[in-house]
Amino acid sequence: MSAIATKQAPAATTHSRAPRRRSMGIDRRPGWFTYAVLIVIFVGGAYPLWWSYIAGSSPSSVLSAQWPPILPGSLFWKNVAEVLDTVPFWLALGNSIIVSSVITVSVVFFSTLAGYSFAKLKFRGREGLMVFVIGTLAVPTQLGIIPLFMLMKQFGWTGTLGAVIVPTLVTAFGVFFMRQYLLDVIPDELIEAARMDGASMLSTFWHVGVPAARPAMAILALFTFMTAWTDYLWPLLVVPQNPTLQVALSQLQSAKYVDYSIVLAGAVMATIPLLVLFVLAGKQLVSGIMAGAVKG
Amino acid sequence: MTSTLTARKQRSDLPEARRSDVLTFRQRLNRLDVKASPYLYIAPFFILFGLIGLFPLAYTFVVSINDWNLLTGPGEWVGLANYAAEMVDPFFWKSLFNTMSIFLLSAIPQLIAATFFAAILDQNIRAKTFWRMSVLLPYVVTPVAVTLIFSSAFDEKYGLINNVLTAFHIDPVAWKTDVFPSHIAIASMVNWRWTGYNALILLAAMQAVPRDVHESASLDGAGSLRRFFSITLPSIRPTMIFVIITATIGGLQIFTEPKLFNATSATPGGPQRQYQTTVLYLWDMAFNRQNFGKASAIAWLLFLLIVIIGVLNFLISKRIATTEAKVSRRRASKRLAAYEADRALGAGSTSTLPAAPAADDAKRES
Repeated sequence: MSAIATKQAPAATTHSRAPRRRSMGIDRRPGWFTYAVLIVIFVGGAYPLWWSYIAGSSPSSVLSAQWPPILPGSLFWKNVAEVLDTVPFWLALGNSIIVSSVITVSVVFFSTLAGYSFAKLKFRGREGLMVFVIGTLAVPTQLGIIPLFMLMKQFGWTGTLGAVIVPTLVTAFGVFFMRQYLLDVIPDELIEAARMDGASMLSTFWHVGVPAARPAMAILALFTFMTAWTDYLWPLLVVPQNPTLQVALSQLQSAKYVDYSIVLAGAVMATIPLLVLFVLAGKQLVSGIMAGAVKG
Repeated sequence: MTSTLTARKQRSDLPEARRSDVLTFRQRLNRLDVKASPYLYIAPFFILFGLIGLFPLAYTFVVSINDWNLLTGPGEWVGLANYAAEMVDPFFWKSLFNTMSIFLLSAIPQLIAATFFAAILDQNIRAKTFWRMSVLLPYVVTPVAVTLIFSSAFDEKYGLINNVLTAFHIDPVAWKTDVFPSHIAIASMVNWRWTGYNALILLAAMQAVPRDVHESASLDGAGSLRRFFSITLPSIRPTMIFVIITATIGGLQIFTEPKLFNATSATPGGPQRQYQTTVLYLWDMAFNRQNFGKASAIAWLLFLLIVIIGVLNFLISKRIATTEAKVSRRRASKRLAAYEADRALGAGSTSTLPAAPAADDAKRES
């Protein structure tokens, strides 16, 4: 409890200074230049997407026009049908949902469990093991693809979703992230109190640790899902015939002649699920990135 | 209820030595629970990480010292011959050059742009959340989709960019044929997707700078530009190092963008390997040329390179930080001495206000 009180104290003092600060001009509303820059940034981020929608809804001849059109054409659904004919889009979408969900559940669960143990339980070797986890944060595990591929072949897993899922069941980052979060968020007294009441270690974790960890678990879930969803190298290697969405999307342009209006219609289709996620959880993504920065 | 309470109270009052004599089965269990649980909770992570993260990396080394083919399996033990062969292979050096070039073309402009975006967002703007979300928009487009979109825009014949260049009577650029333009094109994909993300990380660091520091500087007469260079930039340096190190680890493993940049090229990374990065070269060696031994040697060489660059990054930034701290400490003590001298001279007319930031500075920098 005392930790919370001391945390609030400086916040309160800065708050009381707020009116004075305003008069000094460091919190002045910025002028038009700032908003002009913001609009340019926004257009720069959104235009490539808008342009792929234009190209994906027009005949390919639109690509040779000297000035790109501003408004979309009327052929989007025709191009979508073409995409569905060329690659197993729905299968790939389903595969991506399964793969990303399983990976997310696994990473979040094991990271919370290990993060809680590192942050709140006392045991011999804790510091050393944590240093090890931090050290492995920077290890490029992607470079181990050759033995992993041989293993998957040996087990006969190539072509199955298991081969995509297994190599990313845990991440060092997840453990580090949960540990950093849980370190200050659960007072030791709370755990002691639960233990005094006769709760076992596991039930203390479940009733004290998990509820406290929930906000961080949500952020970790969001980013793990995004990472799993965008992965390309490994799925391309193990499931080219039973593709995830990214692999299927890349297969749209594997022909000798690339029809960009169909490729871009596919790119738009594949981006829609994440755009929906962005609209629903964009705020959490933003605060997750910003929180991770301060902790990390 | 009362009986259990007193029982527990008694138990905790007992001295350590005597306690073990009177342990009941439940107490023993409880003790085991306390001792074993921490290890049980971290065990799944370490076991799985060992199996899927560290073991493959270590086994890559075993493969690399053998003559190993994708189809025929392990052959003879060849020692470091695969490494020696790669060290003199021009394709390997070409891939390293391409990787470094694309990495620098993406990391440097990206860091500058991200800092600028963050500084813009760090003001008291209206609709904060909306603008913060808007810089993150490109991040939700997957690298594969980004590459498809940009590789159509950079198409040499019908691409959006060459069309516009021609409209302005500028010669079209051979984005997919020439070395440097192809590197710029690939770097631009990375930049487009990641600048906003990094801007938010830097923004968080900027907002963590205490308002008082800005306040004091403002009282000292520092304008917003001066405050940016003298306060904001120095205080976000640790975060910048973090961003640079993550960008290095990711940037040296770039794969998707060069892989899909030109679908009509049979060789991954361009017909003349103009933009074949090292991971792409590894891929080509392992799964097209089916030489697992050499591919594993490439993986380990790249691994060592990443570690070396990471450590160098860390050391350089640490060195910069310490020298800078020394310089500013010296500067602060000079200022403090000047102020004290001033006061000793009895310049009573000096207001007390400028003193506050000087003292504040000295405290912060020591």
